[in-house]
Amino acid sequence: MPNTELNLGIVGAGKIGVTIARAAVAAGYDVAISGSGPAERIALTIDVLAPGARAATLAEVVQHSDIIVLAVPTHRFRSLPRDLFAGKVLIDAMNYWEPIDGTDDELASAPDGTSVVVQRCFPSARVVKSLNQLGYHEFEEGRRPRGTADRLGMAAASDDREALSRVLELIDRLGFDPVDAGALEAGVALGPDGPAFGVGYGAEELSKLMWVPDVA
Amino acid sequence: MTDREFEFGLNTFGEVSSDSSGRVLSEAETVRLMIDEAVLAESVGIDSFNIGEHYRDGHVDTAGHMILATIAGRTERIRLGTSVTVLSTRDPVRLYTEFATLDAASNGRAQLIVGRASSTDSFPLYGFDLADYETLFEEKLDLFTRLLRDQPVTWSGTVRTPLVDQRVSPAIAPGSIPTWVGVGGSPQSVVRAARYGHPLMLAIIGGHPSRFAPYVDLYHRALEQFGHPRLPVGQHSLGFIARTDEEARAAYWPEFERVMTQASLERGFPTPSPERFESEIAHGALFIGSPETVAAKIVESIRDLSLGRFDLKYDIGHLSRDHRASSIELFGREVIPRVRELLAEEPVAAVSHA
Ligand SMILES: NC(=O)c1ccc[n+]([C@@H]2O[C@H](COP(=O)([O-])OP(=O)(O)OC[C@H]3O[C@@H](n4cnc5c(N)ncnc54)[C@H](OP(=O)(O)O)[C@@H]3O)[C@@H](O)[C@H]2O)c1
Repeated sequence: MPNTELNLGIVGAGKIGVTIARAAVAAGYDVAISGSGPAERIALTIDVLAPGARAATLAEVVQHSDIIVLAVPTHRFRSLPRDLFAGKVLIDAMNYWEPIDGTDDELASAPDGTSVVVQRCFPSARVVKSLNQLGYHEFEEGRRPRGTADRLGMAAASDDREALSRVLELIDRLGFDPVDAGALEAGVALGPDGPAFGVGYGAEELSKLMWVPDVA
Repeated sequence: MTDREFEFGLNTFGEVSSDSSGRVLSEAETVRLMIDEAVLAESVGIDSFNIGEHYRDGHVDTAGHMILATIAGRTERIRLGTSVTVLSTRDPVRLYTEFATLDAASNGRAQLIVGRASSTDSFPLYGFDLADYETLFEEKLDLFTRLLRDQPVTWSGTVRTPLVDQRVSPAIAPGSIPTWVGVGGSPQSVVRAARYGHPLMLAIIGGHPSRFAPYVDLYHRALEQFGHPRLPVGQHSLGFIARTDEEARAAYWPEFERVMTQASLERGFPTPSPERFESEIAHGALFIGSPETVAAKIVESIRDLSLGRFDLKYDIGHLSRDHRASSIELFGREVIPRVRELLAEEPVAAVSHA
């Protein structure tokens, strides 16, 4: 992948998608981002809120990068084609929260977390759960250069170790101390009702919260 | 809407109050209390009284337009509005008839804020599918806007039956009922408000209000792109005013804690702490304190966001009717004149004639 290591694709140009785009541009990434429609529809938004990122179509975003952030409303991801993200590192930044997303029986009763459902929906993608823990304002205001004393931690979980390590590196560049949360199921801890959700923890504290006792 | 004055509004979500003995009022008593509060608001010089729309325990604002109509009969000057109307689950034709009637009865005082709502309780209640969230709002805003501006209306869409050359009574002067679009931070909603040429109402309920400055910029640029004149931006935030900062905090905290604890259980967020509360007051979006403290904080927001309107949500949990009344009085009699005074000392461009 010559020259594309610092490419990032973002699907979903809403509150969190645009915030991540902004952070990624600041970190030196070449960012392409899409909503559900034509690129023109989000061009002004991207120009004002994430200058430097490129408003694109969904197909262009997928084309643009090996790492894709999925930031569409949770009740929408199933409408995307099953093999759209084949071979891509797919960061699931979505949270399932019933009052917003409506009742979704499969997500509501997913004992191993909603990212496992996302992985089933996109079997050819390399799903990593991350970038979902902080609200978009907290995300924007929380990023710090590496080594800053009050830098927050951000966890990632995946069954694909290589994909995970690439996301950990992205997290660091975006402005957070990366925390390896382990397998994709551990993503439960990052979501609503999990100990890490909505709270800005430092990496050390966050790692402790991520430690899931091995009951085997 | 080019020469409108800065607007100071009160917002209520119809939260069930209590009396000084601690007895929680009945829901009917709370409805009547809201009417009295609007009358009080007018008497102390507040510009508008705006009622929300919620379908959950502890809220009695499910039919705000009925309450507004009653208020219309007991007041003369105060504007009567919503904060916000969940347009996605309303029939725009019915909504038009209600507000055009309110406007006629009140002699031109009706206004609305319409939005998609941050909680979605009205969807199952009225038989709508949350999956249609976007389409419902987009189509209904289109139809409602046309009913307000451009009758007779010929319209077709997917969310209700078509209209052909339809006039709906009572008639209003085209565009005369101010209709703001309420947004919570979704960029596409900001652009949509601009596309329809509606003023923008920002719901700012956490963090420093200046974090919304990029959205104001986006709104202004989008207005330009769509060929609309500059339109005002408003802010809605929670607040409470007492004689002193300490008094205000002490009265507000127990209700804030109860309400936020409930919300955090529902949303999977951490429960509120006194430290968090203090920091929201000092650096965030809680407008709590003495008249001087709150006035200074409002002025800061007006400057940061080029506001043309500021709405204070004065009810929370079972906050007592006495506290509510004194907060409304201080807002009208002291905070508003003080804000005007501070702005006159150092005017902000683009405020009053946005
Ligand atoms: N808001 C936060 O603070 C936050 C924080 C962390 C995680 N999250 C999670 O992130 C996800 C997005 O939340 P949000 O608040 O950013 O939502 P949002 O503001 O509503 O934005 C959603 C975006 O997704 C786009 N979209 C919808 N359907 C699509 C499709 N089929 N293909 C491509 N794009 C599509 C929308 O584009 P159109 O307008 O063109 O349809 C819009 O740009 C949710 O799962 C949420 O739980 C949110």
